[in-house]
Amino acid sequence: MRNLVIEPTSKTPKVILNADLGIFEITGRSIPEDAIGFYRKVLDWIEEYSKSPLPETTFKFHLEYFNTSSSKCLLDIFRKLERMHKAGHKVTIRWHYDADDEDMAETGQDYQALLDVPFELVPV
Amino acid sequence: MSMTYSYYKNMQLNNIIFVYQGEVTADLVSSILQMIENKLEGEGEDRKVKKRVFNVMVECLQNVYHHLDALPPTDPNNPVKDKTALLMIGREEKDYYIITGNHILNDRIPELKARLDRINRATKEELKQLYQEVLTGSGFSEKGTAGLGIIDIARKSGQKLGYDFHPVNDRYSFFSLEARVSRIPEK
Repeated sequence: MRNLVIEPTSKTPKVILNADLGIFEITGRSIPEDAIGFYRKVLDWIEEYSKSPLPETTFKFHLEYFNTSSSKCLLDIFRKLERMHKAGHKVTIRWHYDADDEDMAETGQDYQALLDVPFELVPV
Repeated sequence: MSMTYSYYKNMQLNNIIFVYQGEVTADLVSSILQMIENKLEGEGEDRKVKKRVFNVMVECLQNVYHHLDALPPTDPNNPVKDKTALLMIGREEKDYYIITGNHILNDRIPELKARLDRINRATKEELKQLYQEVLTGSGFSEKGTAGLGIIDIARKSGQKLGYDFHPVNDRYSFFSLEARVSRIPEK
């Protein structure tokens, strides 16, 4: 399938979804007014990918900031990955955060508690 | 022009570092965020404090952008709705404060007031639970993520939110919201 790469802006993160290389990442800041508009492409891509995923999918998130409208979209992404996991595919979410950023660590823990998919907290 | 000095003194007295009155657009929100971020960066504020102030500011500004009620046009020759608001940021010895002010339909006040009171009564743990309920869609009856912003502001602030509804006419009031972020980083 076609890879999806979105370059970062001051309000939106860098997105790399590359099934050829097995790279799945969302990094940077995510504070758009219209988060649903921004994440629609990402969600569509994952939906398509989940029909025949690689034997192993490790999805990296490393966000500096995100707003509450993005938080709902992130949950939608996690739910899709959770569904893949429940369907028997090997899926891991890696939530990277700056080691001194307690708020981002706590947000990761919040998501971890809501989901039934391997969800690793990775201080960097 | 004689007012200029009193504006200046007044702002200084109230530790206001930024104030804007006018129409709120997406581009304007971006510019303000950028400017305040640079300012926080330049002043060597603690990283954690800086992040929190930025986070709270994003939610406050976007909250106004998404939820303000525009006033109907007053000038028949200029049929443009009044989408103006007030944005203010201050820095005191112990806290940063972010104040927003915008018009709101009187009909919306009881629900918003109840929500703010509920958030102000909640403990840290209850706020976390409330956040998760709204995030997963089992909380507040309203659609989408509306409501999540204010809970997030309260969580990041760690202090009670200040608010006021100032009556303007029989249809509208002016809603102001104040969020504080401590400048003293937690240990």
